[in-house]
Amino acid sequence: MELILSAGIGALTASGVYLLLRPRTYQVIIGLSLLSYAVNLFIFGMGRLRVNAPPVLDPVGAGDLASYTDPVPQALVLTAIVIGFAMTALFLVVLLASRGFTGTDHVDGREQRHD
Amino acid sequence: MLPIFILAPFAGSLIVIFFPSDQRGATAWFAGAIALVCFLVTAGLYPFVASGGVLRYQLDWIPELGLDFTLRMDGFAWLFSALITAIGVLVVLYARYYMAAEDPVPRFFALFLAFMASMLGVVLSGNLILLAVFWELTSIVSFLLIGYWHHNAHARDGARIALTMTAMGGLCMLVGLLIMGRIVGSYDLDVVLASGDTIRNHPLYLTILILLLLGALTKSAQFPFHFWLPHAMAAPTPVSAYLHSATMVKAGVFLLARLWPVMAGTEAWFWIVGLAGLTTLLLGAYFAIFQQDLKGLLAYSTISHLGLITVLLSLGSPLAAVAAVFHIVNHATFKASLFMAAGIIDHETGTRDMRRLSGLFHYMPITATLAMVASAAMAGVPLLNGFLSKEMFFAEAIETHLVNALDTMTPYVATIASMFAVTYSLRFIHSVFYGPMPKDLPKKPHEPPRWMRAPVDFLVLACLVVGIIPAQTIGPFLHTAVVSILGDRTPQYSLAVWHGWNIPLIMSFVALSGGVGLYFLMRSYLATSIEGPPVFRLLQGQRIFERVLVTLSWKWARSLEQRLGTRRLQPQICFVVILALVAGASPLVLGGFKLPPLIIRGIDPAFALLWVIGIACAVGSAYQAKFHRLASLVLLGGAGLVTCITFVWLSAPDLAVTQLLVEIVTTVLILLGLRWLPKRIKQPEDSEDLPFRIRLRRLRDFILAILAGGGMMLIAYTIMTRPLPETIASYFLERAYTKGGGTNVVNVILVDFRGFDTLGEIAVLCIVALTVFALLLRFRPQADSLETPEQQRVQNAFDDDHPDRAAGDSVAEYLFVPSVIMRWMFPITGLLAAYLFLRGHDLPGGGFAAGIAMSIGFILQYMSGGTRWVEERLRIHPLRWMSIGLLVAVATGAGSWLFGYPFLTSHAQYATLPIVGKFPLASAILFDLGVFSLVLGATVLMLIALAHQSVRAPRAHMRAARAEKEGVR
Repeated sequence: MELILSAGIGALTASGVYLLLRPRTYQVIIGLSLLSYAVNLFIFGMGRLRVNAPPVLDPVGAGDLASYTDPVPQALVLTAIVIGFAMTALFLVVLLASRGFTGTDHVDGREQRHD
Repeated sequence: MLPIFILAPFAGSLIVIFFPSDQRGATAWFAGAIALVCFLVTAGLYPFVASGGVLRYQLDWIPELGLDFTLRMDGFAWLFSALITAIGVLVVLYARYYMAAEDPVPRFFALFLAFMASMLGVVLSGNLILLAVFWELTSIVSFLLIGYWHHNAHARDGARIALTMTAMGGLCMLVGLLIMGRIVGSYDLDVVLASGDTIRNHPLYLTILILLLLGALTKSAQFPFHFWLPHAMAAPTPVSAYLHSATMVKAGVFLLARLWPVMAGTEAWFWIVGLAGLTTLLLGAYFAIFQQDLKGLLAYSTISHLGLITVLLSLGSPLAAVAAVFHIVNHATFKASLFMAAGIIDHETGTRDMRRLSGLFHYMPITATLAMVASAAMAGVPLLNGFLSKEMFFAEAIETHLVNALDTMTPYVATIASMFAVTYSLRFIHSVFYGPMPKDLPKKPHEPPRWMRAPVDFLVLACLVVGIIPAQTIGPFLHTAVVSILGDRTPQYSLAVWHGWNIPLIMSFVALSGGVGLYFLMRSYLATSIEGPPVFRLLQGQRIFERVLVTLSWKWARSLEQRLGTRRLQPQICFVVILALVAGASPLVLGGFKLPPLIIRGIDPAFALLWVIGIACAVGSAYQAKFHRLASLVLLGGAGLVTCITFVWLSAPDLAVTQLLVEIVTTVLILLGLRWLPKRIKQPEDSEDLPFRIRLRRLRDFILAILAGGGMMLIAYTIMTRPLPETIASYFLERAYTKGGGTNVVNVILVDFRGFDTLGEIAVLCIVALTVFALLLRFRPQADSLETPEQQRVQNAFDDDHPDRAAGDSVAEYLFVPSVIMRWMFPITGLLAAYLFLRGHDLPGGGFAAGIAMSIGFILQYMSGGTRWVEERLRIHPLRWMSIGLLVAVATGAGSWLFGYPFLTSHAQYATLPIVGKFPLASAILFDLGVFSLVLGATVLMLIALAHQSVRAPRAHMRAARAEKEGVR
């Protein structure tokens, strides 16, 4: 389980970082999205992987970590997903505006000579 | 009582700014009333202060840092407050007539009152840091007042120079005060004043001294920092009279006098302060002779007189300190009146150039007489107040304080500077009021309105009365002030006009006759000369200042940027990635990292297959992102779905729901954006024949990516295979239901335990949405993205070819069945959102998920019906939804204050609705409602702002094309 998920995180990170270093804004936005999947999964994994553990409390009283999933990374990732969406939206619009103003979709706002 | 001095003018300033700009009279009356109230309060406090009392007012501000809001009024502070408020009243009256009807008068009086409050704050501060705060406030307000006529380039430059100089000085002073407070152990002024010996004997004394002097000398325009003051003359004349002669420039000497008991008396003090003061005294007077601008002459004269006060304070003798305080008051009276007179001349003739002015006595005899008396006081003519303090200065200059060359020089320099003072005072009067009738003045000169002159009348009268009977008028006030500075060291002094035949009187006589003689020698030269003294005019302070500024802030910055920086993003990101790799790897390498054992067994083949797909999607998306954007987006969505399924698999339904919904919205968003990107079609030469550099760069990036991915994989695997230590999770699990009243722990954390974080997060979302909205309002697409998309062109061509079809039919019928289904889905989506929302506290769901689900409902309508169709049928006000959401969330949080609990304390309860049944009704659900409304608003706002571009941009394009056509015609 852990091996598979960490391989997945690694692949998402590698694809994301590679795209982050590319010259076109669209590549960068896709790269950032991939990277945010990786980071979300990574944070989520910090609570350790549990299959079939109840995430919702039995309404009898206090819960404990042995019988339930870890809620803290989940709460963090929930926030991260929404903020990641906001970031993607903002970046997309900056990308479009930059393309509108400069006429190119290069990340520098101008074409490099050999590219 | 004391806070009135700060609060009343600041409050007045806030009120005045809302006055209509055509109400010159009412605005002036209001500002004047506030200044008058402050003055009357000051006057009322005199009996207490005169009896040796010190008024104090203390309010804790940041007590941990020793920073209190302490106000303190002793005799010296009283004298300054009286000066500030009294001259303030007079200047308001003067400004009422001086300001033109077209000037934005409320702004002037608002700044004026703000200045008065800050200046009173400087003199009344009982805490060193507070003093620095008010000190900087005066610099800022002075900046705004000098730049009051901001359409004038001189005013802007003058304001900038003044702010740079005084604010830099203020910063140095703050550091000095901080060190001082550290040494003493308190920032309280009383404590500091009582520990003079500690400070003087401390090894850091010289550092403190230099830092404080940088503050004081810049503020009081002392050499070599004097040049900002003449440039500040671009301000309206009431400002020059008030800030740049009577009060603000006195702040420097005020500080020197205030800290005189602590700092003065050492050799370093004598040399540094004395040298600066003497140089300023002499050069200021010399430069003043050669000015052609009336206000320029007065500005240099002010510099020179401030130098005189500085010299007095440098001597370290109590008698000299008395003379300094006395001269501060005298200078304020005669210089303010002279500035006002210069303003009247400017106002009534339209020029301040002494080469053009002459013979004005015939037109304005009363003003001329007043100006003559005031300049006589400036020159130090007997029976006027300037004479008295100058005699005291001469007497002190003769005395030997320390045996060195500077002390020996002082009387000679003093006499020569006084001679220059007589020359420029005489020049001011003679060239303006005497001589032939003026020719071609911009206006026909006449006496000013009665009340515009009244402040000058009053001040000149004060010069006379103080000059003739000093002991009976200024005597007691001066004594109170001096005692509060010197305490037991207060010397015997007499404020008489006649002290018998002595050396000071002879010096005065030499100065007067020499000055008159000098004027008549130079008269013909000065009548036509250009502005500024010979030789020195080449050495312009402003030029040097600008050059230093350009070098520091532009040339050096540019060369640093060129050498160390790049404007290209890729190398920067590459650097960041490498840095992250190093930062991530180094603790592992240094800490002795051991590979965890590889656990192969227990792998669910289905999960493995899922991630084979996921990895393929991720790599495919990266591979296709350049030439096949849509494919890349679809593959990105695939990776997102795999992530989503992983969440379900690993017992995180909340995350899965949110991820799924966000995935949909993100995809739609990027799809909307794709249209505005340039076409990029893969050419055969793109893959072959790539330059070696680019291949190398790709290889480097690939290696970096592999390293980053491998590193993440390694760290993730290592951590996930270790047992979970004790975490804060148990705290939340134990209390989610018992204290938070919800069984869905994740949701309870978000809306209750960490509600404040969530509030911050939705605020971020709100800001992002508004930024997106604002950026898109100004969006101008490239021309090549404006044509109708290829698919629509094909569809339209089809319509044109078939006579039985109207134009646009195919576009409308495209995906007809799905769009009908989408339309019907709207109520169902709404129901789903409501369901997700209501069960959020106990089961997976919540405000975030519900908000996004609802926004998907809206966006489906846009996709099926088009922008216009939807907006004709639905009321869509995302901005309103967002603001309501934020308000509800904040109000829920604030609501707990009503019950005496901290912000965002939650209360849990269950309620029953018909059909829906029992559902949790914690006050957190109200907060969640706010989250829902805001998320909905923000998402819809972003999506439709982008969607609207397809409607707006072609319209703008058509407009532009039409305008072009008309232009050709």
